Parts: sequence; structure tokens; C-alpha cells
Amino acid sequence: MESRIVMSGFGGQGVLTIGKYIVYGGMHDDKEVSWMPSYGPEMRGGTASCSVVVSDRQVGSPIVTMADVVIVMNKPSLTKFLPCVKKGGYIFVNSSLIDAKVDRDDINVVYVPANEIAEANKNGRSANIVMFGAYVKHAGVTSYDTAVSVLKHMFEKKPAVLESVMKCFEAGYAL
Amino acid sequence: MSEKKLMKGNEAVAEGAIRGGCRYFFGYPITPQNEIPEYMSWRIREVGGDFIQAESELAAINMVYGAAGAGARAMTSSSSPGVSLKQEGISYIAMAELPCVIVNMTRSGPGLGGIQPSQGDYFQATKGGGHGDYHLLTYAPSTVQEAVDLLYDAWDKSEKYRVPVFILGDGILGQIMEPVSFKPMKEMPDPETKDFATTGKHHGKDRRIVNSLYIEPEICEPRNLELQEKYRLLAENETMCEEYHCDDAEYIITAFGSVGRIVRTAVDDLRAKGLKVGMIRPITVYPFPSAVYKKYADKASVKGFLDVELNAGQMIEDVKLSIECKKPVEFLGKLGGYVVSPEEICEKVMEVLK
Repeated sequence: MESRIVMSGFGGQGVLTIGKYIVYGGMHDDKEVSWMPSYGPEMRGGTASCSVVVSDRQVGSPIVTMADVVIVMNKPSLTKFLPCVKKGGYIFVNSSLIDAKVDRDDINVVYVPANEIAEANKNGRSANIVMFGAYVKHAGVTSYDTAVSVLKHMFEKKPAVLESVMKCFEAGYAL
Repeated sequence: MSEKKLMKGNEAVAEGAIRGGCRYFFGYPITPQNEIPEYMSWRIREVGGDFIQAESELAAINMVYGAAGAGARAMTSSSSPGVSLKQEGISYIAMAELPCVIVNMTRSGPGLGGIQPSQGDYFQATKGGGHGDYHLLTYAPSTVQEAVDLLYDAWDKSEKYRVPVFILGDGILGQIMEPVSFKPMKEMPDPETKDFATTGKHHGKDRRIVNSLYIEPEICEPRNLELQEKYRLLAENETMCEEYHCDDAEYIITAFGSVGRIVRTAVDDLRAKGLKVGMIRPITVYPFPSAVYKKYADKASVKGFLDVELNAGQMIEDVKLSIECKKPVEFLGKLGGYVVSPEEICEKVMEVLK
């Protein structure tokens, strides 16, 4: 088993953090993992992305060019990474910010109104957690139980935040 | 959670250095290694050391020169253009025979080039870099864990031979996050016990002098011969190399640093297709593991080699010299910040073996 994942969005939308959740999930399940950010002359409001690999064997290239799963939080990311989804793979589209529909019929498309759901749960900053929930449900190499224990661990010191984070995660998972 | 810690390569390198005894860090910012000085700036003070953001790379390497001369475990890090600026100082430190560690998280060049991963600094790292006949003990780690483990022992090796240790990383190694574990903090030798250290507490005894100037050939020649003798000892005792599935291999791929891990995947994938392929990955790129290459080149069953690098072909020269042109050596390279994929390596091997 090897799952190669790309997530992308505006800086500040928490895409690098989704990557960390997936990687921590992999570590929790004793998988080999890597996390690699795009680094470049990034600017405020620009697009940030990261590549994550979760595998049964030692991770070779940490750079993902063809992905099993792509998670896009904004429109420029959809344009950039749609061609990178492998046939039969998954794309998760933040439909709160992306009005375009995916014009490929050889992949699985999951539309997630992530910002709306996050705001409805009174935690507008957790749109990335909603996406993470949807990812775990549909394409996750991360099991539900693993994802929950990762989130609990990450928000250990912020019990108040954890509550709304869990709501966002559950709402994403319910999609 | 697992006992392993998820850490960015740059930060793990810094922590690994501290565990290995590094107490003085001097650096100047440059992408993609900025997390090393950033981490050092707070961490090194927790263990009683000190950090200076120097006014330039040149200043930073000369601060390392000074600290090393006083017997301290000192380090600097940079990326390609910054390491070029340090070369004068590195050459002086090599002649003065002082132990220290220099990390290069390489980016693409020449000039300011780009900030994406590249391996164009192989020649610089292995053939000297600055002026004069010198070498460094140069490691090219492939994973974050390997980098951390090499740094842990780097000062021990550097003090044993009194040759600077050079870590040839790249943008991938610096930016990747992987699980990593650390060994306990190393017991540090008292600088007073180091017979070269100019600690200022040596009144009335033999003078200790840090020097790289030897005007007279009758003194400069023996100094050079002593250096060469050390490089011979390094080659004899410190050469490190990974051989992966080489035993029954009919074709051998070779790569150093981050590309090694990508080649490993390609070897697995080619083996799954029934092709008997192996990998040689030098861990020390100086001294170069020539004997390993020669061993396989001498085997009738090995048809040839493929060298994969993120440059226009640098290590390939050492591979060809090592095997004395007994077998064909093909090359696959990427330039300017692009990273080779396992698929491209597999394709190339299948094309060659067709």
C-alpha cells in the first residue's frame, strides 16, 4: 500500500496542517511517512501546497507528481492539481470557495462546502478539518479511530478548541 | 503516538548536531536551510552554547574557525551560494587542521540559481571547494534519520582526524518532514584535553598556534604530505556505502543523497518486474567508495551502471574512475531544481536493457 497525496490552498487555509494530520495518522498506524512542503518565493495570499506519502515501505520520493488523492481549498489549486490526480483517484474540492465543477469523469470527485460547514460550527478557521473529515471518510488511508486520536493529541492543550474541531471533523466525515 | 518524533530535516539536523556536542553555531540566512539557524538560535542556549547570526557567510565561517581553534564544537550551515562564499575559510580551516562541521543544503545554481533541490555542488564538496590540495570528510545522507546519526558522530570523527566534516544535503533533505529518533546528549571532551586547542590557559608550556601560512616549501611540503596521509587514513577507515540488492544484480543504479531514496523505490519496482537491479549509494562521497564499485564491475554478471544525479553529471566521473571503464556507465540527470521520479529511472533502465 502506498498513498500519495497533494493538498493545496491559500496560505493560512491550513493545508500544510491537513498534511500533518495525515502523516501523524500514518505514524500512529506504524506506516512509513513523509511530508514535503512546496517551498518557493511564496507570498501572503499566494498558494501553498504540500506532498504527503503514507506507505508500507520506506518512502522513496517525497515529491508527489501523480497523486492518489488531491485536496484543493481554492480555485488556483484546482486548476494546478486537477491533472495530477491518477485515474481512479480522488479529488476533494472546497466548494465554498470554488464554484467550478471538475471536468474529468475518470476520477472520484467529492465537493465539500468546507468554509460554510466550519462557520456553521462556529469555528471558521477549521475548514481544513472539515476537509480532513471528508478525506478520512472517502479516501483515507487513515481510519476514523486513528484520525480522532490524532486530533485529540494535536489539540490536547486546547480542550475548548477541540470540541469545535471535533464537530467540524464529524460534519466532514458525515458527507 | 510513536516514540519517534516528526521533524523537518533542517530542524532534525540542528538537534542531531546538538546531541553530538555542537555548542556554537554561526550562520547567515539562505533558503532552503533557514530552519537550521532558526532552531539553533533558541535551542543551543538551552544547552549552554551560543548562536550568532553573522553579518555574512564569510564572517560565519571565520567565527567557526576561531571557535574550533579554541577547542569548541562549532558549526555553520548554508546553501549553495552561501557555501561558495565560505570556501576561503574552509580551506584555511583544512590547512589549520581544525575540527568543525559545515552543512550545505544545496539548491540549484550556478550563481544565485534557484531555491529548489539540486546536486550541482558535488564537485565542490568532494574535490576541495576552496584553493589548495585538501578534502573534507563529506557525507551525503539520504534520509533525515541518516543525517541525524551522521551529525551525532561528526565531531568525534572531525576531532579524531582533525579534518572538517561536510554534510552534503539538499533542499529535499532540508524541507522534508519524517519521523526521527535521537540518541542521548553526548558527553563532551574538555577542550583542555585537545592538544591543539588555544584556550589561553596554557602559560609556560609548549605554544599552541593556529596557522595556515607556511611560506617555506621545506615546511609547506611536509604539511601537505601530512594532510594527504590523513586523507589516505580517511579512505581506509571512514568510507561508507549502502549496497542494496547488489548480490545478484545484473545492472546497478547509483546515486547519492536524496536521489538514493528515489533510486531505492525504482530498484524495488524494477525487481517486481523481474529485472535483477541493485543500487550502490555512497554515504561518504569523500572518501569515495571506489572499491565497492570495482567489486561489482569485476563481476561478469553485472552488465553496466546507471548514474542518477540532480546535475549535469558529476559523481559519474568518480564512478567511471572507480570501475576503470570496465563497464558502460549511463547517465540520467535533472537540472535547475527538478527532481527525478522513480518512474523516470525505471523507464531509463528498461530502455538501456532493451
